[in-house]
Amino acid sequence: MAEASYPSDLKYHAEHDWARIDGDIATMGITWYAQEQLGEVVFFDPPEVGATVKKDTPYAEVESVKAVSDVVAPLSGEITEVNEALGDAPEQINEDPYGEGWMVKISLSNVNEADDLMDASAYEGTLT
Amino acid sequence: MGSGTETLKRTPLHDRHAAAGARLVPFAGWEMPVQYAGIREEHVAVRTKVGVFDVSHMGEIETRGPDAEAFLQRILSNDVSKIAEDGAQYSVLTKPDGGVLDDLFTYRLGPDHFLTVTNASNHEKDLAWFERHAREFDDVTVHDALDDYAMLAVQGPDARELVQGLASGELPRRFRTVTMTVAGVDDVLVAGTGYTGEDGVELLVPPQGATKVWDAVTEAGAAPIGLGARDTLRLEVCFHLYGNDLSEDRNPIEAGLGWCCKEATNFIGADKIAAARENGTAEQLVPFVLTGPGIARQGNPITGGGEVTSGTLSPCLNQGIGMAYLPTEKATPGTPFEIDVRGKPRTAEVREKPLYRKE
Repeated sequence: MAEASYPSDLKYHAEHDWARIDGDIATMGITWYAQEQLGEVVFFDPPEVGATVKKDTPYAEVESVKAVSDVVAPLSGEITEVNEALGDAPEQINEDPYGEGWMVKISLSNVNEADDLMDASAYEGTLT
Repeated sequence: MGSGTETLKRTPLHDRHAAAGARLVPFAGWEMPVQYAGIREEHVAVRTKVGVFDVSHMGEIETRGPDAEAFLQRILSNDVSKIAEDGAQYSVLTKPDGGVLDDLFTYRLGPDHFLTVTNASNHEKDLAWFERHAREFDDVTVHDALDDYAMLAVQGPDARELVQGLASGELPRRFRTVTMTVAGVDDVLVAGTGYTGEDGVELLVPPQGATKVWDAVTEAGAAPIGLGARDTLRLEVCFHLYGNDLSEDRNPIEAGLGWCCKEATNFIGADKIAAARENGTAEQLVPFVLTGPGIARQGNPITGGGEVTSGTLSPCLNQGIGMAYLPTEKATPGTPFEIDVRGKPRTAEVREKPLYRKE
């Protein structure tokens, strides 16, 4: 994705992660800004289904050729699904960070945590 | 993110990098381009066509005088008397205990005139070492030539043809140098050397001519290449990087650089290096590949002893590769071992060098 974009239906965490909340399930990934800073993603090391993730703490790693970066959880819960396709096609994180580049789905342990996250315009405001 | 950019040095090509959309990062006190189009794309451009690197951060030390050869013979590990006029030679600079201060290329520009290229991070240390030991000789002068040159590397299968089209004379063969006019810039020292495993040349250019040469080379089709791809290219062919694979705490024998040490020349540290060669070393630097998923990085420990000194994803092999110091009994090609990559065990195997070889 060549142009920066921050969809308005997502919630954002300051560590450049997004969450799409649907009832008590959230899909999570990294933002356009994060993938741009990282450069071409060449390896995604997914967590296990059933693992617990905690808001504000790392739950996975993404690697560019040059460096490894932590992926921070915007919300807490238990992982119900991981995007296995990223094992063979980690470049989806660059090409489609909010679609095919999603990383995990979790069942939320505390839906109220979403109140701490930013909307798209607030998040974009932190990037300048 | 880096900070304190106000104190970083800039090369004469800084504006060109910014205009080309480079990501600029602090490196050894310089603000340098780490990537332009992307590390993988740049890497492939050098392996299949041609790319140009700004390596003006590298330092130069000029040595002249009737005692210049004897002086360099005393401090450099290789046999300096074997450098032909217009020749080039790789060596290491070693301490009395055999530890490596730097790895260097030295060019002989005349019978009593040499130019040594230093690593940016070591330039001041090397210069002090040169100056200190030059005092032991009657007739040698050491000059800090850092500001006398910008340095461009043009590398790749099409590199020679591209530079030849801009040059006033025939390009030097491998490990030779010729001074000529390139892209209308006089007094360019062209060397048949590089750090990528590809054919090509390195150009030592008067700083005021650097943009002219850069523009001509890029307009002729060379892709600008950043330090990110410089690292992946050198690691695929197992060239050492000082600060990763070489340090003052390692001798050249354990680093696999015994071939550039000629102890009979009695250079500083020769006795310790001769002893290491004779008795063997506890560890050896080896190339490796990861046999499963993951990417090892510098500093990752090895189960049972040893440490990764360089690690990346190989864009050509599409797997994790690197170099590591391993206990000598485990350093044989084909030996499997395990790397602790941030708490996860990753399987690896010792390989022969180079890790990548042209088909």
